[in-house]
Amino acid sequence: MDVYLPRTLAEALEVKARRPEAVPIAGGTDVMVAINFHRLRPDAVVDLSRLPELRQWREEDGAVFVGAGMTYARLVRELSWCVPLAQAARTVGSPQIRNRGTLGGNVGTASPAGDTLPVLAAHDAEVVLGRAGGRVRALPWDQFFLGPKQTALAPDELVLGVRWRRLRGPGSFLKVGTRNAMVIAVASLCLVVDEVGRAVRVALGSVGPTVLRAPEAERFAAEQMQRAGAWDDPRAALSDAVVEEFGERVAAAARPIDDVRGSAAYRRHACAVLARRALRWALGDRRLAG
Amino acid sequence: MRVRLNVNGAWRQADVWPGASLLALLRDSLGLVGSKNACEQGECGSCSVWLDGELVCACLVLAAQADGCTVHTVESLAQGGRLHPVQEAFLDAGAVQCGFCTPGLVVAVVDLLRRDPSPSEETVREALAGNLCRCTGYQKILDAVRLAAERMTGGDRGSRA
Repeated sequence: MDVYLPRTLAEALEVKARRPEAVPIAGGTDVMVAINFHRLRPDAVVDLSRLPELRQWREEDGAVFVGAGMTYARLVRELSWCVPLAQAARTVGSPQIRNRGTLGGNVGTASPAGDTLPVLAAHDAEVVLGRAGGRVRALPWDQFFLGPKQTALAPDELVLGVRWRRLRGPGSFLKVGTRNAMVIAVASLCLVVDEVGRAVRVALGSVGPTVLRAPEAERFAAEQMQRAGAWDDPRAALSDAVVEEFGERVAAAARPIDDVRGSAAYRRHACAVLARRALRWALGDRRLAG
Repeated sequence: MRVRLNVNGAWRQADVWPGASLLALLRDSLGLVGSKNACEQGECGSCSVWLDGELVCACLVLAAQADGCTVHTVESLAQGGRLHPVQEAFLDAGAVQCGFCTPGLVVAVVDLLRRDPSPSEETVREALAGNLCRCTGYQKILDAVRLAAERMTGGDRGSRA
């Protein structure tokens, strides 16, 4: 096993150009488990944990770019203005895991249960990919995540980070599991309100082959808010029946399976509960914000 | 491959299999067996150490990734034959049953109290969520954290008679 320890992003991309089979490792919270349990014996490993270019985030003309090397702990501390992302990052593992695990790892591993993925999907984020020679491309999230642990990443590419346009409006991330910590989601949900676009966006995790959106439920919520006059007057309420119906429509978008962590029926039910809760929170936040 | 790193204040080097974890390097190459090897998947916290000042599971760090870095293990805490106040508190509170999880918990508690000298119970529970005690002796562990925090901030003067 060859281990490469590049000090710059350019060096790392050169390694991937020469050795496309080299497995990227950053926080090691996925890769080391596979190596420790003899499930992975890569010919080569390339360490991304010290690339300064990936360990930063920045605002870019109304958008935000978050480097792949940002750890969950830093997302909680430094991106607290993006409430759903900070909430999702805080549910990952334990302090030890959050100090090491990275956003890029969550994206690259592409587990259906990846905690940050519903947040990225709800924000219509794009995944920024790089190759040697300064070649960069960006794929919308739904063109990058193809299935369980399957992505559109080419063998000679690395995930550089994710980018999305900043939204104005409340939002939250919710997750169901057997503990408050160290838990893989049984179901998770991110709901964000786009005040400017007058839209509600909902994404679901752990209830399909990859992260899913609930477009039909999103349209329903936006229309009902329009009908109630809630876009112009945050104090205008939605009826319980409407919130109930929203939950059912979100649950209908789920494509869950039965597995060791939960049954499909439970997961679908959880989606409805989380969706209603998230919508009520968002409406409450809008009322408070006036 | 050869890895050179600063462990508990001294530069050390070791020849390890390229896929070896930092935990394997510490235990098998350097003989520092305070960090325990239990789950090897970051679930139990028994191998908690500081890597460049950050609390991590040594089993999830590729040893090569620690090349040139600074590592502190549980062995760094007792100074000149005197236990660290957190270690003393674990003894005094009876927060030790089989003892296997203790080094990782002590490291995690020291890390917490450095950042938050008087943590709330909720903060303690969240900070220790990644450390499992299979004897389930959590209440005594929480007692030990409170005792250590009181002593380290001078808050228990008078109650100590």
